[in-house]
Amino acid sequence: MESRQVYMDHGATTPLREEVLEAMLPYLKEKYGNPSSIHSPGREARKAVDEAREKTATALGAEPAEIFFTSGGTESNNIALCGAARLKGKGRIITSGIEHHAVLDVCQDLEKQGFALTILPVDRQAMVDLRSVEKALDPDTFLISIMMANNEVGTIQPIREICTLAREKSILVHTDAVQIVGQLPIDVKELQVDFLTLSAHKFNGPKGIGVLYVRKGIPLSPLFRGGGQERKLRPGTENVGGIVGLGRALELAVGELPGKAEQLQALRDRLIKGLLAMEDVTLNGHPQKRLPGNVNVSFKYIEGESLLLSLDLQGVAASSGSACTSGSLDPSHVLMAMGLDHQEAHGSLRLTLGRGNTAADVDYVLHVLPPIVDRLRKMSALYKKER
Amino acid sequence: MYNEKVMDHFSNPRNVGEITDAHGIGETGSFKCGDTMKIFIKVRDDKISEIKFQTFGCGAAIASSSMLTEMVKGMRLDEALRVTNQDVADRLGGLPPLKLHCSNLAADALYNAINDYRRRNAAAS
Repeated sequence: MESRQVYMDHGATTPLREEVLEAMLPYLKEKYGNPSSIHSPGREARKAVDEAREKTATALGAEPAEIFFTSGGTESNNIALCGAARLKGKGRIITSGIEHHAVLDVCQDLEKQGFALTILPVDRQAMVDLRSVEKALDPDTFLISIMMANNEVGTIQPIREICTLAREKSILVHTDAVQIVGQLPIDVKELQVDFLTLSAHKFNGPKGIGVLYVRKGIPLSPLFRGGGQERKLRPGTENVGGIVGLGRALELAVGELPGKAEQLQALRDRLIKGLLAMEDVTLNGHPQKRLPGNVNVSFKYIEGESLLLSLDLQGVAASSGSACTSGSLDPSHVLMAMGLDHQEAHGSLRLTLGRGNTAADVDYVLHVLPPIVDRLRKMSALYKKER
Repeated sequence: MYNEKVMDHFSNPRNVGEITDAHGIGETGSFKCGDTMKIFIKVRDDKISEIKFQTFGCGAAIASSSMLTEMVKGMRLDEALRVTNQDVADRLGGLPPLKLHCSNLAADALYNAINDYRRRNAAAS
């Protein structure tokens, strides 16, 4: 099989679409006005920001006034969690053990500041149990933050049901939806969520721009003080080019959704089937309730970083939850929370599909992977010992 | 992240495998990150005549195991005992700081192999 470059790390980031870049370019060049200025160049920029806000609102089933532009997922999560906590002053926050650090670390920091924190466990498939949410709700609980879909293993959480539970008790719900936007449809009204985070670079938009959806009438305290931009919730001159790019990327992604999810899912299942046909491979995450583009498996007896380096030498870009790739010497907290042992977490491989991936890419990965796995296993000090 | 020399030893590791009739076997592992290394040696005239390794670990763990075996092959045992993990990292042209302590453990496995050989010898004589 001919060697090729295969990018299967769309969970980390996605390539910027040509149409998105084209939409952005005028606002990085000749249309440089500040949206707050009252002259023509300023009004031109304001119009572009307003249009992007409308597109974003339409794509999410929200109203334009509920859309706040931020610098990305991390900032949106921080504004929602810290902003709600600061207004409340005290009380309990509920989250899960598989959240992204941009939620988990924020919650743990709030705990240090005096808030009570419940970190819900997940099952082997990384699913949060609805009953455990219900049980955790106490009269002090004012906020729940649980992700819509996990970034590592793709498990899709029952956010709609969690919101229903919370609504009865007037508890706010935030969800980090960065991984799901562009892969499956989202309707904030149907979800009944109070805050929702998204990030443009996960759906072929630019980096450094994101959205926090805030349901109408829900107050939040801003993290930054400054001008009146984004209705004072996120002051600072707008990233006009980024905002235009986000609006266009979201419009395109959501417009193509019918059919795209099925197409991604077919590729995903083809890849999973091929991987599970290999010896000593297990699927991480839920077999059905998972992102259409997410594949995560563990290879017994080998370590993820060696696998990634070997794949990279063959032109395949992927990621792993191995301690050796984490930068902290600890394996992925998500895989550990799911109850995997160290060796299983060590041997994990995440392949995230996206726009542009083809069946030929999947077949190429399935072609180059077995010899790599075989080579590393033969080299492994653990292989023979356990057999 | 890794330099060319490390990538060379990772992609084409020297002396991989096991010696079934080894004179000494040494193992070590990082409790912290889970890497495990095994060194097999054969000794002749107090020198390492044959050496092989098996490693479960990252690129740095595999490359440092490979480099160590290359460095000590043919060496007298007392000399080999003086080779440190740092020497291995230096010969590789350096490793990322985080990897220095978690994955660069091949010399420790070698010490264990030499000690195992000496123990077996003492028991035999």
